[in-house]
Amino acid sequence: MVLHISQDFVDQITAQAYAELPNEACGVILGPTGKDQASRLKPMFNAAASPVFYEFAPKDLLALYRGLDDDGEEMVVVYHSHPTSPAYPSSSDIAYAGEPGAHYLLLSTREEIAPEVEFRSFRIIDGVVDEEEVVIIAT
Amino acid sequence: MGLLDGANAGTKEGIKVPNNEVNIEVRIPTILRPYTKDQKLVSAKGSTLSEVIADLDLNYRGLGDRLLENGELRKFINVYINDEDVRFTGGLDSPTKGADSITILPAVAGG
Repeated sequence: MVLHISQDFVDQITAQAYAELPNEACGVILGPTGKDQASRLKPMFNAAASPVFYEFAPKDLLALYRGLDDDGEEMVVVYHSHPTSPAYPSSSDIAYAGEPGAHYLLLSTREEIAPEVEFRSFRIIDGVVDEEEVVIIAT
Repeated sequence: MGLLDGANAGTKEGIKVPNNEVNIEVRIPTILRPYTKDQKLVSAKGSTLSEVIADLDLNYRGLGDRLLENGELRKFINVYINDEDVRFTGGLDSPTKGADSITILPAVAGG
């Protein structure tokens, strides 16, 4: 599998991650059901407000799913940032991963690589992590 | 006492449909659809969330274990009765009635 993502979304997610430091930033990219197209960026509030954890607020999560049903969309990408560690799924990322169809996109803004950032994408199904290629589309 | 019991039983017969006989709509997330033969929407019976989950597990074997751990709701799972997160309405003891809609969603969270 490959994740195709626009440069514009990469820039917006990066800006969000820096804006929410020291905490993790999170969100989703939605797209039409069954198309695997990351077409609508939707930053989410990190209810955990933590540098080492993120969680969509239960109310926000329900509203998000209700919207998907109404609009014929699905969660194509679930993203979050790691402010101090590499862009690789943590043990809790793996334990919580509940969307077998989603690309789990991680962004690291750790100081060691600044001003560069690191984007990596994974499928996480039943505890098994598979890295996939990230193709950034110029916008 | 015997007469009273009889009277009560008679009254019960007269009640149209007890809550636990009414179908409650349950939305199943993608990750749990292997248990429901890929159905997104199923129905269940019960007057509490706990009874609804027990009923689901009768019809969709194994689903109960994916929702519960040591008799509690798993922390990776969010359950809503209509618009309410059940963590704030009594958890497994939350009352359910006909025409309620239950939504099960995997939490989106991690480290």
